[in-house]
Amino acid sequence: METLTSLYGQAVLLLAALVLFTSFVMLAQSRVTALVNLFALQGILLAATTALVAIVQNSPHLIISATLTLGLKGVLIPLLLHWLILRMGLHRTIDEVKRPLQLLLGAASLVVFSYYVTLPVVELSELETRNIIAASAATLLLGMLLMISHRQAISHVVGFMAMENALFFSAVVSTYGMPLVVELGVAFDVMVAAVIFGVFFFQIRESIDSLDVDRLSRLTEIEDNE
Amino acid sequence: MAWLLNLLQVILFVATAPLLAGWIKKLKCWSQNRMAPSVLQPYRDLFKLIRKETVVAEGASWIFHMAPYIIFSVAVLAAAIVPLVAVQLPTARLADVIVLVGFFALARFFQALAGLDIGTAFGGMGSSREMTVASLAEPAMLMAVFTLAVSMSTTNLSAAIATLLHEPLTIRPSFVFAGLGLALVAVAETGCIPVDNPATHLELTMIHEAMILEYSGHHLALIEWAAQIRMMIYAVLLANIFMPWGLADNFGLAALGWGMIAILVKLVGITVVLVLAEAVLAKMRLFRAQHFLGFAYLLALLGMLTHVILEVG
Repeated sequence: METLTSLYGQAVLLLAALVLFTSFVMLAQSRVTALVNLFALQGILLAATTALVAIVQNSPHLIISATLTLGLKGVLIPLLLHWLILRMGLHRTIDEVKRPLQLLLGAASLVVFSYYVTLPVVELSELETRNIIAASAATLLLGMLLMISHRQAISHVVGFMAMENALFFSAVVSTYGMPLVVELGVAFDVMVAAVIFGVFFFQIRESIDSLDVDRLSRLTEIEDNE
Repeated sequence: MAWLLNLLQVILFVATAPLLAGWIKKLKCWSQNRMAPSVLQPYRDLFKLIRKETVVAEGASWIFHMAPYIIFSVAVLAAAIVPLVAVQLPTARLADVIVLVGFFALARFFQALAGLDIGTAFGGMGSSREMTVASLAEPAMLMAVFTLAVSMSTTNLSAAIATLLHEPLTIRPSFVFAGLGLALVAVAETGCIPVDNPATHLELTMIHEAMILEYSGHHLALIEWAAQIRMMIYAVLLANIFMPWGLADNFGLAALGWGMIAILVKLVGITVVLVLAEAVLAKMRLFRAQHFLGFAYLLALLGMLTHVILEVG
């Protein structure tokens, strides 16, 4: 371990690895409520990582970002999603993943891919957290894979939010965070997105009676006429 | 002197394996609000089996006769590689961790052959199940072990643990994942609850018991003892690789004493966690075992990946 030698630094690495790990567990998760809980856990771990980076690097503005992440992604959005799930009676829905093992091994190869892609960036960087850039890129790709592999609209939203988590994560580890104005703006956007998604859920359910987006590709009117 | 200590350590390892089994049994009974048998019960069982007449089926070939001896001696050899109380003992230096995995594979091979040899339905079924589980567990175990080997730049277990022992406290994310992966493999390989349940003789679920149904007398005693040694090896591996503190690195009496106390505390801790997990979890269907072991492989693979990505460079 050449880059982060202090015990704090090693704790940052451990937390970063755990953030990546929650992405893997989210991929394999088929229960919607558990998925939202895992998303909350990822938010909390991300906030902890940011706070530790702030302490190690002496950058107090990251503390504000960490608090924002904790409040928004660790508590508020998961609560909102839980409320939506309960409201629509989806809490027993199982979003079965076909071939979970192949999916997870594919995800592992995505990690290798993102390591390969970010290698030039890592070599240029002087920051102490530069090794985590690959992990954050992998978290981004895993969020996308979550959206591709799951079929429930709620899982898609969680995947989208996980991607947003990953973007914040990579901003923290590759530049010690974006300017505070940008971060506040993004946080507000995410909040608004969560509310709009909620409205969309009700719309989708009204038109196809389910949140299984595969059914969107079927032409219901033709079936009705026959 | 070193060789004498080495011999003592192996004898201690082999002799206390039934004690560990008895202790696990005791914890299990406590967790289920049952009366527990004495911790020494496995010794009594082994003694009883050794005294009993050994009955061998009529069509049994030499494989059936030889298998218990091979399985037991391989288990003892494997126990010689794993540092229990002290590191840098002579036999531990002779063989590395890949040999250890090879020993496990050798014992499993003969056990499966012996299960098939008699030609009963149960034996063949047990062998087939055992090989299914093993073929999935072995890559996961190797991957976890490679993570250790790559981090310490040696495949020798004793040398790797000695290096770990001498460095200052380091948190390695790769070790967290590799340790979890190895723990899952250990659960599958020693026949603990989510994968197998050796306490039951229900034909639909048994794996290990199905293979050894035809054995009796001192053959059965040897196989049971070997299974207990294997359980102990996995527990000691988990304890000493991922929590190496307290191992003796010289042959002084004080260091050895501390080593004994340390391994005792670590084993008690590990068995409590194991029994709690067994009490909480339900046994999986056999066809879920592949998901379980696939997850173990994924954890070990993540350990390797996080080592390459986060800890190097």
